[in-house]
Amino acid sequence: MPVAVVFDQVAKSYAGGRDAVRALDGVSFNIEQGEFFGLLGPNGAGKTTLISVLAGLTRASSGRVTVMGHDVVRDYAAARKSIGVVPQELVFDPFFSVRECLELQSGYFGIRHNGAWIDELLAGLGLADKGQVNMRQLSGGMKRRVLVAQALVHKPPVIVLDEPTAGVDVELRQTLWGFIANLNKQGHTVLLTTHYLEEAEALCGRIAMLKQGRVVALDRTANLLAGTASTMLRFKTDGALPPAVAAQARVTGRRVQIAAHDAAEVETLLGELRHAGVKVEDLEIGRADLEDVFLEIMQRETVA
Amino acid sequence: MRLAGARTLFDKEVLRFWKVSVQTVAAPVLTAVLYLLIFGHVLEDHVQVFPGVGYTSFLIPGLVMMSVLQNAYANSSSSLIQSKVTGNLVFLLVTPLSHWAWFLAYVGASVVRGLVVGLGVFAVTVWFAPAHFAEPWWIVVFAVLGAGMLGSLGLIAGLWAEKFDQTAAFQNFLIMPMTFLSGVFYSVHSLPPFWLALSHANPFFYMIDGFRRGFFGVSDVSPWLSLAVVGASFMVVAAIAVRLLASGYKIRN
Repeated sequence: MPVAVVFDQVAKSYAGGRDAVRALDGVSFNIEQGEFFGLLGPNGAGKTTLISVLAGLTRASSGRVTVMGHDVVRDYAAARKSIGVVPQELVFDPFFSVRECLELQSGYFGIRHNGAWIDELLAGLGLADKGQVNMRQLSGGMKRRVLVAQALVHKPPVIVLDEPTAGVDVELRQTLWGFIANLNKQGHTVLLTTHYLEEAEALCGRIAMLKQGRVVALDRTANLLAGTASTMLRFKTDGALPPAVAAQARVTGRRVQIAAHDAAEVETLLGELRHAGVKVEDLEIGRADLEDVFLEIMQRETVA
Repeated sequence: MRLAGARTLFDKEVLRFWKVSVQTVAAPVLTAVLYLLIFGHVLEDHVQVFPGVGYTSFLIPGLVMMSVLQNAYANSSSSLIQSKVTGNLVFLLVTPLSHWAWFLAYVGASVVRGLVVGLGVFAVTVWFAPAHFAEPWWIVVFAVLGAGMLGSLGLIAGLWAEKFDQTAAFQNFLIMPMTFLSGVFYSVHSLPPFWLALSHANPFFYMIDGFRRGFFGVSDVSPWLSLAVVGASFMVVAAIAVRLLASGYKIRN
């Protein structure tokens, strides 16, 4: 498969004397054309910095990044024409209507008379009746849709979505993912960062995980899921867990999740809970999801 | 392609100020008229700068040029700082527009705003005193060059500033004093020797003096000297602005 994006030993430090921050520390991986690729990591892992380097919003301290074969620094014009970025922040220009914003954005890429594609974008993102509305008058969800449309006005082969569904309602998520999945089917490469790991699991064929500016996992989503404890024991309780169980449990309020590798391990865990007199409600035994994999990798990987 | 992109950014910058023209055009015209009414009324019978030219007639070109310069500065500086603070500069940063395209668009739109406000001030104030157009080509040359220089200065201030009050400080502590002390309201020849010498170090003085030359055919210094000073100042300020844009100073980091 031809390569869409190359990150080659990308490093980025922010100056600050002794407090200099290494946001990226030698990140290297490729994204192939047509992939739906997920970039995951906790807050501050370097996801947005990596995307900013890719989009030309910031410059790497060292290393090299190419988009569709174009270096993002030396051949920035061709690289930026190949990429559409949906920024994380809900930003907009309050002086203009939705259609004006899209026409201006097309013009910056040298595309005049882009009306047919703009109509298609507005219809596909549920904005058909908002074209003449000023950006200030739109709800947060509608502004988010316009951000997606702005990133796509020049029909880029590579689409970058930086946490596009943060704080977005279910209906918009469905519209957005339907639209993006359709573009991916047509051959567009998609790079997604998100904190909603179920979205990444459902959409991304391959995933890279970042921690403290380094890649700590890079594989097909299916392989990542297969490579960890395959069974999860989930239940709710008000009681105090016995120390041996508590040490391996992930507790969210009343909800407890514990990884188990096989049926025997499940039996042992339940026996310990029974022995300690812990009353268990809504017990489920299911397969591990990406969130489990993510947490396991993040806990396992200690970056020096 | 690049020209089409630069043209779009220029159009957007012009549209931006035109959509709020009450604030960006009408308000500065009103301010200039108030200056004319107050200073003209108080000083008309007491001051004559050039032979045969009344004080109000003398004052009008100064007020026009002051409005051109201040509004050219305001256009690029306010647009950039607004985009930086609200975060929508990202829409430009992700485009293939070159630093030259940014420069031409921002400075070009600043020149347009400066000239529109200047024409507005002239159209209203010309009814208060007879108009003269002795050497009109100087009017055009100095208006465009002066607006270009202040548009470039606004671009630098907009790139450097991180908050609105920093661009306002640039305006209040640099642009305003330099325009007020440049001979808008008086001929520098009426000043004591020290202040006269100091005025000659102020490039704004040459802009106003050369501009006024176009109306009356007389000036404090040769219009060619003014052209050389203003032209060189514009080149220096423009070169700094282009360099900052090319390096991504405070916008690509």
